[in-house]
Amino acid sequence: CVHCRSLITVEYVKLLDRYTSKKAVTGTLYLTATHLIYVEQANNNRKETWVLHHHISAIEKLPLTASGCPLLIHCKTFQLLHLLLPREREAQEVHQSLLRLSQPVKVEELYAFLYNPKQSDAERLDGWSLIDIVTDFNRMGLPNELWDISHINSEYELCSTYPSVLGLPKSASVATVTGSAKFRSRGRLPALSYYHKDTKAAICRCSQPLSGLSSRCIEDEQMLQAISEANPNSYKLAWDTLSDIKLNAMANRAAGKGYENEGNYSNIRFQFQGIENIHVMRSSLQKLLELCAQKSPSMSDYLTGLENSGWLRHIKAVMDAGVFLAKAVGDEGASVLVHCSDGWDRTAQVCSLACILLDPYYRTIKGLMVLIEKEWISFGHKFSHRCGLLEGDPKEVSPVFTQFVECVWQLSEQFPCAFQFNERYLLTIHDHVYACQYGNFIGNCQKERQDMRLRERTFSLWPFLLQCQDEFRNPLYKRSTHNSLLRPSTLPLHFKFWCGMYNRYDKGMQPKQSVLDTLLTLTLKQTQEERTMTELQRVSCILFLLFFLFFCICFHL
Amino acid sequence: MEFAELIKTPRVDSVVLHRPFLPTVEGTLCLTGHHLILSSRQDNTEELWLLHSNIDAIDKRFVGSLGTIIVKCKDLRIIQLDIPGMEECLNIASSIEALSTLDSLSLMYPFFYRPMFEVIEDGWNLFSPAEAFKDLESMTDEWRLSEINKDFAVCPSYPSLVTVPKDIDDDTLCKAAAFRHGGRFPVLSYYHKKNGMVMMRAGQPLTGTNGRRCKEDEKLINATLRPGKRGYIIDTRTIAVAQQAKARGGGFEQEANYPQWRRIHKAIERSNILQESLIKLVEACNDQSNSMDRWLSKLEASNWQSHVKEILTTACLAAQCIDREGASVLVHGTEGTDSTLQVTSLAQIILEPVCRTIRGFQALVEREWLQAGHPFQQRCAQSAYSNGKPRSEAPVFLLFLDCVWQILRQFPCSFEFNEHFLVTLFEHAYASQFGTFLGNSAAERVKLKLSRKTVSLWSWVNRPQELERFVNPLYEPNSLVIWPSVAPQSLLLWEGVFLRWNRSTKCLDEAYEEMVHIIEYNKELQNKVNSLSRQLAQLETEDSPLQSP
Repeated sequence: CVHCRSLITVEYVKLLDRYTSKKAVTGTLYLTATHLIYVEQANNNRKETWVLHHHISAIEKLPLTASGCPLLIHCKTFQLLHLLLPREREAQEVHQSLLRLSQPVKVEELYAFLYNPKQSDAERLDGWSLIDIVTDFNRMGLPNELWDISHINSEYELCSTYPSVLGLPKSASVATVTGSAKFRSRGRLPALSYYHKDTKAAICRCSQPLSGLSSRCIEDEQMLQAISEANPNSYKLAWDTLSDIKLNAMANRAAGKGYENEGNYSNIRFQFQGIENIHVMRSSLQKLLELCAQKSPSMSDYLTGLENSGWLRHIKAVMDAGVFLAKAVGDEGASVLVHCSDGWDRTAQVCSLACILLDPYYRTIKGLMVLIEKEWISFGHKFSHRCGLLEGDPKEVSPVFTQFVECVWQLSEQFPCAFQFNERYLLTIHDHVYACQYGNFIGNCQKERQDMRLRERTFSLWPFLLQCQDEFRNPLYKRSTHNSLLRPSTLPLHFKFWCGMYNRYDKGMQPKQSVLDTLLTLTLKQTQEERTMTELQRVSCILFLLFFLFFCICFHL
Repeated sequence: MEFAELIKTPRVDSVVLHRPFLPTVEGTLCLTGHHLILSSRQDNTEELWLLHSNIDAIDKRFVGSLGTIIVKCKDLRIIQLDIPGMEECLNIASSIEALSTLDSLSLMYPFFYRPMFEVIEDGWNLFSPAEAFKDLESMTDEWRLSEINKDFAVCPSYPSLVTVPKDIDDDTLCKAAAFRHGGRFPVLSYYHKKNGMVMMRAGQPLTGTNGRRCKEDEKLINATLRPGKRGYIIDTRTIAVAQQAKARGGGFEQEANYPQWRRIHKAIERSNILQESLIKLVEACNDQSNSMDRWLSKLEASNWQSHVKEILTTACLAAQCIDREGASVLVHGTEGTDSTLQVTSLAQIILEPVCRTIRGFQALVEREWLQAGHPFQQRCAQSAYSNGKPRSEAPVFLLFLDCVWQILRQFPCSFEFNEHFLVTLFEHAYASQFGTFLGNSAAERVKLKLSRKTVSLWSWVNRPQELERFVNPLYEPNSLVIWPSVAPQSLLLWEGVFLRWNRSTKCLDEAYEEMVHIIEYNKELQNKVNSLSRQLAQLETEDSPLQSP
């Protein structure tokens, strides 16, 4: 096939391992249209390393050494390849090619448009309709007397970065809804994220209001009133995830944006949470990765580096906000409105985390797909920009989704029986976001995806994950004992560095034996043996019957 | 009885007990000679039995006439007792203080404790040096058991029987002993069956500033080398510290006098620094601050994880010399009773699969810690809440257990015991009803007649009912050498000890039980399938008349 053909082949390349001092064997490096492949052949032992071009985040060409020309390849999956090429010219060529291949300019160059898992069009379409937001609204109990599933945005005219289907309070008129959208940054009006059946409280999300210093918007106030009234527990709590509490908000307000003027909204409590912006997060991850790549840091260097990166502080901030939100909804029965600035980064993190804490469904394999589809893909988290899928502004890139995935992992460490899926599932989803093998995460919002006709031209990831769900299963999962609100501890000492994510390619650092694999094998064996057991029981029944018949016949004779 | 004088108020009603992550209990507080007991009045199920010797420190404060005693335990737990009445509270507090700091060993609880179970296998007789030597004899005839220390005269911290090279006579041993700190002449610690290499341990050589040498010492350790082979001396101190030791009469082996040996210096800290580290770590863990930066910087400043890394690294080095380099090793620090034992015992965990079984680990603790003269009594007199001037307290053994836990975490299927076993050993080293960890050396234990007057911890641990709780359900015997990673990312804070009282264990216990359930169910199923297939096979043969006509 076309994309398997090697564009460049370089022989006598060494792949260095920063842990084993063993002499590196030489191998061959191939660059295809989609992958970098390194093949090592030593004593009938063929070892292949495949790296998807889309997974490459940076390539460094280090100064020439006596042993060759080193290339350092950093991946979005946190793999770090250290290649040693024999000649400068080849290194130059590989470097240039990789730069081009890892940074596609046009969307058509993405892997998803080449990838063909040999499915019929009908299968493809079935795959795309596997995860559906309306079904999830129905599951929550919508539509009901208080909330409606609205198609007002079906043509993406009200808000171009929102889904076509919105959960809105029944009492909100079209005028209220459209007026409110005009008052909010990019038209991202308050819409339902999650409806909590038991308490009838809701989580709504939006962007910041475009309120100048004195302006107000009656429709927006009506909209919030409507959300408030949709909660029979009477009062509502509005809430904000801006970082630098009031100062920042005031500055934004002077610029025509900001937060709601308290005086204009009745029954509202404000709560500011300190989650930093995408730029801070990007540089935090950068520092963390530099720490992970250090050759042999002392314990003190490592702990100081971990602190200085600020990474765990940010993870904790997201978790704190999620826990706050979940408690407001689950314990107090208060409805909550969440926004940061545009409402597609921190808002997405916090709303989805709160959903996981509140609803055990989102802790299942399929439930997590639904949650990601709902809070991230359809509500316009800008995957293309944040993950740098195409060549573009590097300042738009930020590990917002990675942080969400890590928060879920931190939860699974505190609640080992509460999740149907295991760590591998989280890692797999994380890697697919960057891989662009499937169409799900291409583009920045639903409208863009529709314009690109992704459903016709690419495949959906979810059915393929479901197919191999056996390996994503958490053998310790106990649905029955974790059917309500999760209450994690958010004391700093309960947050751990996620070695299985950021150092996962350093096999030497991982536990040498895996409890997960052992238990997965056992549960697999269990299923087989249960089958054998039934079969054996069936056979012995038949034999007994035959026996019985035989003796009956004998007796009659 | 003497205790009575110390107990001014033996009983107080309406005392409220607060414990982390457990509901508060109101009840009657009783003080006995060895226990602080609280029993609830509603029903008798909710009870607290706390050994006085488990109490590390107490704080008291008053609000009106309601007194509060904060009890800080050696197992790192902190409990609070609200006691009505100022006088009662003061009395209780002073009694606890007196009873928890009794100096006389013979008043310790193990001398009074009578087991509620029948001792089937007496732990005191399980692991004698003679027993260990039998194993060695089956592998090699190059060693002998020397009775030179029969009366503990040559080396007061060694057991009465030690294993030494066969060709070295007792006279030579005596002279070597005079040249080593505390009389701790080089003795066998471990014999690596795979290649016949050995690990020995000793005290530092007493070279002093003028570079004294001792031919007998040289002869003794050279006797362990194969012809033409070199050995490694691992000094657990930095070269600077070892140099300083010379001024106090200590020192290290000079290359000129030990040409067949390569000396390597590592940097395991001395005991007083370790104690300080433990205090800081536990303080950090108990800090309820919400700041991530504060936690990480306190964790770093405690240096605990650095100690874990350094000790494990040194143990890996020793193991590497033996298994990979095929060389014999001599390990020592200053006294040879602390960092030396951490290294020799951990190297054995890495190298020797037997040490990873429950029995084997008990034997290891017995051999490399108790009989090797680690001063448990002194080191474990106080734990992390001691606020007085430290004397010789130090968490040397706890650090060893921490390192074992790190290896266990990295090789979760290679150990016959689980984390709970390690935590239990930690608890008993600091406060126990058993006599195992009393005293500082074999000599002291003989003098105290512990084997007659107290029960051994092993007698209790090895009862089938107890053993069950210590068995790792994932265990699959692994005959290989296991090399742990010592990268900082691979070494975690031992939550089972340090965060034990700062979190609810409900979810983790549930996970553990679920894991046990899966494994048990699997075994059961396997058995059923097997027996059913057997039945079926039988049936089929009986069935043959049906097919034959």
